[in-house]
Amino acid sequence: MPQATAIPSAPLVALRGVGKAFPNGTQALAGLDLEVRSGEFVTLLGPSGCGKSTALRLIAGLSEPSAGAVEWSHATDASQGESRIGFVFQEPTLMPWASVFDNVMLPLKLKGALAATTAERVETVLGRVGLAAFRHSYPRELSGGMRMRVSIARALVTEPQLLLMDEPFAALDEITRFKLNDDLLRMWQALRTTLVFVTHSVFESVYLSSRVVVMAACPGRVSSEVAIDTPYPRDRNFRTSADYAAYCRGASEALAQAMAAGGEP
Amino acid sequence: MSARASINERRDRALRIALPIVVLALGLAIWELVVRIENIPPYVLPAPGLILRTLVTDWALLAHSLLVTLITTFEGFLLAAAGGVGLAVLFNQSRLVEYSLYPFAVILQVTPIVAVAPLLLIYLPQHAAVLVCAWIVAFFPVLANATLGLHSVDRNLADLFALYGASRAATLWRLKLPSALPYILGGLRIAGGLSLIGAVVAEIAAGSAGAGSGLAYRIAESGYRLNIPRMFAALLLLSVAGIVIFYLLTLINYMALRRWHESALDPSAR
Repeated sequence: MPQATAIPSAPLVALRGVGKAFPNGTQALAGLDLEVRSGEFVTLLGPSGCGKSTALRLIAGLSEPSAGAVEWSHATDASQGESRIGFVFQEPTLMPWASVFDNVMLPLKLKGALAATTAERVETVLGRVGLAAFRHSYPRELSGGMRMRVSIARALVTEPQLLLMDEPFAALDEITRFKLNDDLLRMWQALRTTLVFVTHSVFESVYLSSRVVVMAACPGRVSSEVAIDTPYPRDRNFRTSADYAAYCRGASEALAQAMAAGGEP
Repeated sequence: MSARASINERRDRALRIALPIVVLALGLAIWELVVRIENIPPYVLPAPGLILRTLVTDWALLAHSLLVTLITTFEGFLLAAAGGVGLAVLFNQSRLVEYSLYPFAVILQVTPIVAVAPLLLIYLPQHAAVLVCAWIVAFFPVLANATLGLHSVDRNLADLFALYGASRAATLWRLKLPSALPYILGGLRIAGGLSLIGAVVAEIAAGSAGAGSGLAYRIAESGYRLNIPRMFAALLLLSVAGIVIFYLLTLINYMALRRWHESALDPSAR
């Protein structure tokens, strides 16, 4: 039984006719419509320069759309919405001068959370990403995969309603990437959060998400959507199944179409 | 293979320490010999042995002067550190302040301090003038480096702080200042040597007014009295002071950054 896809729910956040032009004249996005429903795992898939990351930054409120609107469901007003977001960047983006523990505690510190509960929450989330033993290490002393785990732990420590991930595993080797894919799925299910994940890997998008949104470039917009109905939990068997291969073929074709439709960057 | 490499490395390190010592000893020996063979009088060129003996016999006088100069240097350095970092933070927080004041910081820096010192001595009491000199020379590298550091914040980290609604103060304290720390420490390392130079310049300028007691004043005074061995002894103390200041600051730099910054990592731990 698919857990997330079967429940039709109101969108948690919706981009309506969103456009984004940068001061240098680049039209990164135009007429982008995207609804993210509660509990979904949505992947934005597209060629580089199609505005995937820009869309993510708009959802996070890190930049303002130049056209259209980003609408949050009435359950989360705008100010609360901001505090309900976790963001994982392409690089781990850790503070090199702070220990793993302090890095993960940062969002709580900045929000002024009560000291009594913060340590406990940090310990819990570090346990979840399997780094409890490394709490006193510095980022410099960790491998690339471990650093990314710290980054994910930091995003999860506020228990966000919406987790935004911008090609988080692009720089990792395949073995580490597969491992983190599985861990991410497990955490997503355990925490029942909503996830928007940006990638340029067809295989990663199909493996992870309940819905793949294919984007075209120049200007960035939604080209098509592919629903991945395979129920969770997914594991290695899914990776080698005929279903997976078929979904990948479908997504690849959708991507090829999007690239044919997109302008030259 | 690796054992041989480590032996090579150890030999390399030993040579690095031994060679300058050998060169120094050779130079001193030749100097001593030339002075003795040519019978050069001490008021023209004192032999190294005589300089050392002067250092011992005049120790009470010279140690007092050394202390005076070191205190001035230290005070000037602290003012330069506080002023440089403080101004950099101010510039970082307000563009208007930066535009208004930065040109004057540059003017202070490029005007030769030797020319400024006599003027300062006219308008300020001597101790204050010496301090201001040390400060003027030393604060600019701190300011320039700290400004660079405060602007070199990881953009993603800045976004992260914005995402979690960090206040200006929190962003400065938890993000900008730590990011700038390696740059600030680099600036301080330069400032340490420069504040000694500033103190010496001011003392020399004041020396002709005859009211100082620092090492540079001793050098000027000994010059008038043709006490050349004492000039050399004071000079020796100044350069030792400079070396000690440099290595102390290098050590502080290392202690502060060794856990996380590329510049302070042990290359063999990689």
